[in-house]
Amino acid sequence: MENNVYTPANYKSDQPVRWCPGCGDHAILNSLHKAMAAVGVPPHKTAVISGIGCSSRLPYYMNTYGFHTIHGRAAAIATGFKVANPEMTVWQISGDGDGLAIGGNHFIHAVRRNIDINMLLFNNKIYGLTKGQYSPTSDRGFVSKSSPYGTVEDPFIPAELVFGARGNFFARSIDVELQISQEVLTAAAKHKGTSVVEILQNCVIYNNGIHNFITDREHRAERTIHLVDGQKMLFGKENERGLVQDGFLLKAVEIGKDGYTIDDVLVHDAHCKSNFLHQQLAMMDGTDLPLAIGIIRDVEGLTYNDELEQQVASVKSAKGFDSLRSMILAGETWEVK
Amino acid sequence: MLEETNVKTLEKVVVRFSGDSGDGMQLAGNIFTNVSAGIGNQVSTFPDYPAEIRAPQGSLGGVSGFQVSVGTKVHTPGDHCDVLVAMNPAALKQNFHHVKPGGVIIVDIDSFKEADLRKALYATDEPFKELGIKAQVVEVPITSLTKEALADSGLDNKSILKCRNIFALGLVCWLFDRPLESALHFLRKKFAKKPAIFEANAKVINAGYNYGSNIHATVSTYRIESEPAKPGVYTDINGNTATAWGLIMASEKSGRPLFLGSYPITPATDILQELAKRKDLGVKALQMEDEIAGVCSAIGASFAGNLAVTSTSGPGLALKSEGIGLAVIAELPLVVIDVQRGGPSTGLPTKTEQTDLMQALYGRNGESPVAVVAPATPTDCFTMAFEASRIAIEHMTPVILLTDAFIGNGSSAWRVPDSDEYPEIKPPYISAEKAAEISWRPYNRDEKTKVRYWAIPGTEGLTHRLGGLEKDYETGAISTDPANHERMVYTRREKIARIADDIPQLEVLGDVDADVLLLGWGGTYGHLRTAAQDLCRMGRKVAFTHFRYINPLPSNTGDVLRKYKKVIVAELNTGQFADYLQAKYPEVHIERINKVQGQPFLVEEVIEGVTRIMDEK
Repeated sequence: MENNVYTPANYKSDQPVRWCPGCGDHAILNSLHKAMAAVGVPPHKTAVISGIGCSSRLPYYMNTYGFHTIHGRAAAIATGFKVANPEMTVWQISGDGDGLAIGGNHFIHAVRRNIDINMLLFNNKIYGLTKGQYSPTSDRGFVSKSSPYGTVEDPFIPAELVFGARGNFFARSIDVELQISQEVLTAAAKHKGTSVVEILQNCVIYNNGIHNFITDREHRAERTIHLVDGQKMLFGKENERGLVQDGFLLKAVEIGKDGYTIDDVLVHDAHCKSNFLHQQLAMMDGTDLPLAIGIIRDVEGLTYNDELEQQVASVKSAKGFDSLRSMILAGETWEVK
Repeated sequence: MLEETNVKTLEKVVVRFSGDSGDGMQLAGNIFTNVSAGIGNQVSTFPDYPAEIRAPQGSLGGVSGFQVSVGTKVHTPGDHCDVLVAMNPAALKQNFHHVKPGGVIIVDIDSFKEADLRKALYATDEPFKELGIKAQVVEVPITSLTKEALADSGLDNKSILKCRNIFALGLVCWLFDRPLESALHFLRKKFAKKPAIFEANAKVINAGYNYGSNIHATVSTYRIESEPAKPGVYTDINGNTATAWGLIMASEKSGRPLFLGSYPITPATDILQELAKRKDLGVKALQMEDEIAGVCSAIGASFAGNLAVTSTSGPGLALKSEGIGLAVIAELPLVVIDVQRGGPSTGLPTKTEQTDLMQALYGRNGESPVAVVAPATPTDCFTMAFEASRIAIEHMTPVILLTDAFIGNGSSAWRVPDSDEYPEIKPPYISAEKAAEISWRPYNRDEKTKVRYWAIPGTEGLTHRLGGLEKDYETGAISTDPANHERMVYTRREKIARIADDIPQLEVLGDVDADVLLLGWGGTYGHLRTAAQDLCRMGRKVAFTHFRYINPLPSNTGDVLRKYKKVIVAELNTGQFADYLQAKYPEVHIERINKVQGQPFLVEEVIEGVTRIMDEK
């Protein structure tokens, strides 16, 4: 679906962008402008709602309705906004600290309700705006200003929370993968229900190179796999490798080796109702199996806002009250003359 | 034994039903209230129930009470009761001190066996003597009479025992000359889906009534006069329902859809539940994942253009503080309802207090002024919920509505108002045309009121960004300029102060020219007004006023207070409103009457306090 009405420039505000030079957020912002133009929802029918953190500055750079709110609460605010004004397309911007630490509760409940919003989770595994403390996605042993001897706790894997809350849409990209970012953001916008997009983002100041193991040009083709619905799960520089089923698990194989042929390679089905395989794909981390990017799960479900609208409409028409007074008079009353 | 029925004519009587929390005392009390209201009595109720849903049967902690005052000039549920119904020894022990001298105590003597007495920690086998009860005790074998009445009903023993409350209700109906047909009507409604249970209760209420009739020679009966009320359609309403309905009226008068984001909390949950039912009027009430999500979803809804509300009690208000601050700086309309209860922390969840005043006024980071209003009675909750909404929308600000457990749960007869009795609410919209004409920026404001315009998302030409960061006065862009910040702080403060031009003036009742002014705020109105009237009747020169608008105060407040040599502030806390007034009007001589027991004032406590202060040299 291409629109000829809006260009990415229509979604850009006049405010100077103040992220650090080289920050991954710049690329994500550009991808978002492009995705919005591709989907073509008018800027005045779009709201961008964020919490607190570097990523949460994003609404100021959008020529849409925008709300830069308080730490961790963007999902709750976006929920109220969408329910109150369901005609609007709502984007919610969070980082790993904002969305998964202080805002973790709102995050899982928004996904559980399947409210029709698009959640962008910028994951740089660090608190940037407070100058470098470990976050709930930092790996065990990570050394930071608030963990000088290394953390002694395991991180959240965002996808796992999404599946734990029975999420219907999960996609992943990397800040430098502009095409894929645009692709997943466009799909997220089109999906009805909560769409969670995790974008691995580099904090050039406090956590530079945290995703290097994945993003390093030398190894990116072997350590990532771009999942496309309906296509074979192939990866590697020459697409010479593929994912196959191995008992209950996935296995990476080289095609033509150990008896594996192209026919053994799985075909991605993002729309499969069962999330069993989606979870396995989302949990791959680039070590034994390549990190999955692209649209991992995209399944239709009942949205909270639609169900609420329908319930209100049906109760209203069943009762037929036209005002508060008519509702009260239908109850227990007496008249004094 | 007297030879004939002794009939007294009283303006009002107070009845208290008490029993185990599973004994159905609230139902008996509610039906008695409705029946009384139906024959034109004024009513005021006070459900006094334990925090435990089901404490051990017969234990002191499990006693549930329902007090109702019926008659004329009823402003409170009464300090003391004329009749106490005590279904067991624990209920008697917990409630006998509420009975007036010369009052009557009806007990179910079947439940005064030795084991029952031990459960309620009596030391002897003579409970009435042990408690030193002087009131008349009527020993009625309620359990066995109920069983007898239902011997052929085919119901099991447990279901039969559940009808004991209705036997007691029948007896009380006889005592006060209440029409049984009306009580039967409410029972039929209550048990519409259980015809067998209705039949049993109908039998039992008659049995209770007849029993009363049979023993009438030994009990004083009262005839309660009814006052002709203002013509109109009436219903019985409690404060929490009135609050919910006031919000709906405000939605109708403003044209903005009503949104509630909330989380269950005693004693405010009724508001969420009532508004959840009101999908039939288009209300969207969301039960969110926590208190913070409650206020935040409301802020989102407000930004989206709804009349947005969150409801809670004190602990929840604490959790919502940061969110309210966001609505302050974003200058969005938001109604925050705090049904106050005993604190701090979990405190006394089911009891009443006025201890959240300072939290409402000041409990946020930064200079963060909000409007605060407080209804005076259960039915006034309707008007003040409407007012909170009107102020929020027309002045683009959060407004905190401070009700309390006493008026939230208490009920009164209420005349259903016509829609035109309430003013139109005019949201300060900006249109796309006007925006283009004045080169509108999001923080442009009306110079007279300092109110920012409301640009509803979805409108072409009005896209804008709000946020918790300080904004430039002119452009609305982020600004860290020191002078700009100070200007914005004073502008937000001035915006709230100017609401004073848009609220009613303070009125003084009683002996206006007295030297002493008794005053209060919020839910204590009934008790304080009754005390002031009684004092005047006793020949004391006392003026009385009551505050429903707390921030800003009515514009004539200083003029009123300065007229009196002594101003006595009576409140259910350690002096929060007194401190607030004293800080604003240091020249006024302020005295205090305070109570922090989780209970409403007794009128006599207020009279005693005022008299003591007046007699001090």
